[in-house]
Amino acid sequence: MKELIKKLTEAYGPSGYEDQIRQLIREEIRGYADEIRTDPLGSLIALKRGNGKGKKVMLAAHMDEIGVMVTHIDEKGFCRFAPIGGVFPLTLLGGRVVFGNGVPGVIGMERKQLEPGKTPSLNQFFVDVGASDKPSCPVKVGDAAGFSRSFEDLGDRLVAKTMDDRIGCAILIEAVRQLRRSPHEVYFVFTVQEEATLAGARTSAYGVNPDMALAVDVTGTGDTPESNHMAVSLGEGPAIKVKDSGMVAHGGVKDLMVRRAEGARLPYQLEVLTAGTTDAMAIQMVREGIPSGCLSVPCRYIHSPSEMVDYGDVQNAVKLLLAILGKPIEL
Amino acid sequence: MILKELAEAIGVSGNEDAVRKIIADAVRDHVDELRSDTIGNLFAVKKARGKGNGLKVMIAAHMDEVGLMITGFDSSGGLRFRSVGGIDDRVLPGKLLLVGPDKIPGVIGVKPVHLLKEDEGKQVVKMDSLVIDIGASSKEEAEKLVKVGQAAAFATRYRKAGRTVTGKAFDDRAGCAALVELLRGERFPFELHGVFTVQEEVGLRGAQVAASAVEPDCAFALEGTVCDDLPKDQDVSPTTELGKGPAISLMDRSVFADRRLVDHLIATAERLGIPYQFKQPGVGGTGAGAIARSKSGAPSVPVSVPCRFIHSPVARLSLDDFENTVRLMRESLKRLTPDVLKRAA
Repeated sequence: MKELIKKLTEAYGPSGYEDQIRQLIREEIRGYADEIRTDPLGSLIALKRGNGKGKKVMLAAHMDEIGVMVTHIDEKGFCRFAPIGGVFPLTLLGGRVVFGNGVPGVIGMERKQLEPGKTPSLNQFFVDVGASDKPSCPVKVGDAAGFSRSFEDLGDRLVAKTMDDRIGCAILIEAVRQLRRSPHEVYFVFTVQEEATLAGARTSAYGVNPDMALAVDVTGTGDTPESNHMAVSLGEGPAIKVKDSGMVAHGGVKDLMVRRAEGARLPYQLEVLTAGTTDAMAIQMVREGIPSGCLSVPCRYIHSPSEMVDYGDVQNAVKLLLAILGKPIEL
Repeated sequence: MILKELAEAIGVSGNEDAVRKIIADAVRDHVDELRSDTIGNLFAVKKARGKGNGLKVMIAAHMDEVGLMITGFDSSGGLRFRSVGGIDDRVLPGKLLLVGPDKIPGVIGVKPVHLLKEDEGKQVVKMDSLVIDIGASSKEEAEKLVKVGQAAAFATRYRKAGRTVTGKAFDDRAGCAALVELLRGERFPFELHGVFTVQEEVGLRGAQVAASAVEPDCAFALEGTVCDDLPKDQDVSPTTELGKGPAISLMDRSVFADRRLVDHLIATAERLGIPYQFKQPGVGGTGAGAIARSKSGAPSVPVSVPCRFIHSPVARLSLDDFENTVRLMRESLKRLTPDVLKRAA
């Protein structure tokens, strides 16, 4: 599965510009689903039919990543940008980005007005693509770039940009490949635009109209030096979301996930995330309401170019997902 | 000239009746269906030429403008108020407004310069310290003329100066006027739902409801947008520039414009030599966001007429930009087929 994760995390796909990653995922699931379609906003939906006696289940992992969009190119060819999704100034200086047309860039920062002790704001940064002036700049206003960083295998731990949420995509892909004999009609949805507006989750859920939904996404941890209090750590199993800043997980869904984890003797953690949310928040509010929960992969340094997960947690997440899908669903 | 009539009409968010009437009268004989919904949106449906190519296209422009709402009275007959939509406190002192359905002239008074203390002239007076004077000398007298909850709009007249015009509410009467022009023209190869929406300035509300009713295959939002192109010290983006043509949005705070529609607009503009520009990404929001997120989703794109000084008493736009916006939309719609929305993957 590490090769798959490497391929997915290194691919390009800022919110709104998911064509390349969608192509890649389509190739990876080819032949494993009964039906594959792309919905109006670009979410990829793969259906595996059940035996007609189960429920309609939607799984959601988002294809898009955070990035930057060029807003202005100055006379010397430096590119000012607006954030796509949650981009934090502290992760930027000296970082590398890559545009959809392959052009790489470096993130620089204004020095003159820096106040000591104060974090600079996003509009004090710019992207330098090595141009010498505006007319010869190889990128234009509106071009979008994602972080550029390679995948690293540290053995038990894996590091890459965009584990959020290509790790969720990888888990869904593994589940599509391995799922056999489920009573349920399962929709594997690779959503768009989660990082910015949750538009893909909301609209794909409206189209699928499932009985239950699970987002598969990353969550934070409390296991690094002087971190905020959080009872989730790398290596202690996939996390079952109780609540985050956007939603309270449906009690029945959460309890079902716990039952299946215990039945399959899989390690798991309960997760309360105080800052951040997932596709599940949007899905929950669609139509008359959809019972929703979230299967989370604990992840350090979220929204930085080097997000770290535990490979054991990832493999156990796949197992837990298969355990949930392989048995009846009563909420 | 429809833009003049629309700009001078009064329709603060939630009170769009006068604007709706002008638009309904202007398009009635040119569309196949005209109806309103419960929240006040006006739907004008123009059926396809011949059998149509199967697409259902929605174009939205919002009828409401930013303004003020009367919240109470002070003891000497002045009106207390709050803003409806985003208004900078600094544009208010000294302005003339038209208050309520009777359009009573009111002035947001300022202390004469003769009486200003040293520091007073340097401070920004907040909205809740300002008062509209309608010439009443007591609270009782004021209460007979105006009611709490009534709206007040800027009293600006529409004026022409060469190829530009000044007036109020170009955001979004420019969009409404453009949509009226499109509806008054020839049929398109698909069913066109022209929707004049309400309450955009307070949360894209009309568009949300309208999109749910129409369920379009794709949508355009026609707007009057930020244009900050006067000279500056720093080399920063002007958002859009007057005279450079209709502004196509790529990303704002409400939506990612669908790339297939953007590319179609660009291809049409390039082929016909219509000037166009891109709006600075990340600024503002439009009904296109609400439409994109409705039901199972609708690919959408905002197209805007650049307007200097929007959300203030006087804005300026270029008639060339306005006409090129109508032209770009008309020519793009004429060539809009299901193929445009096809995906490679």
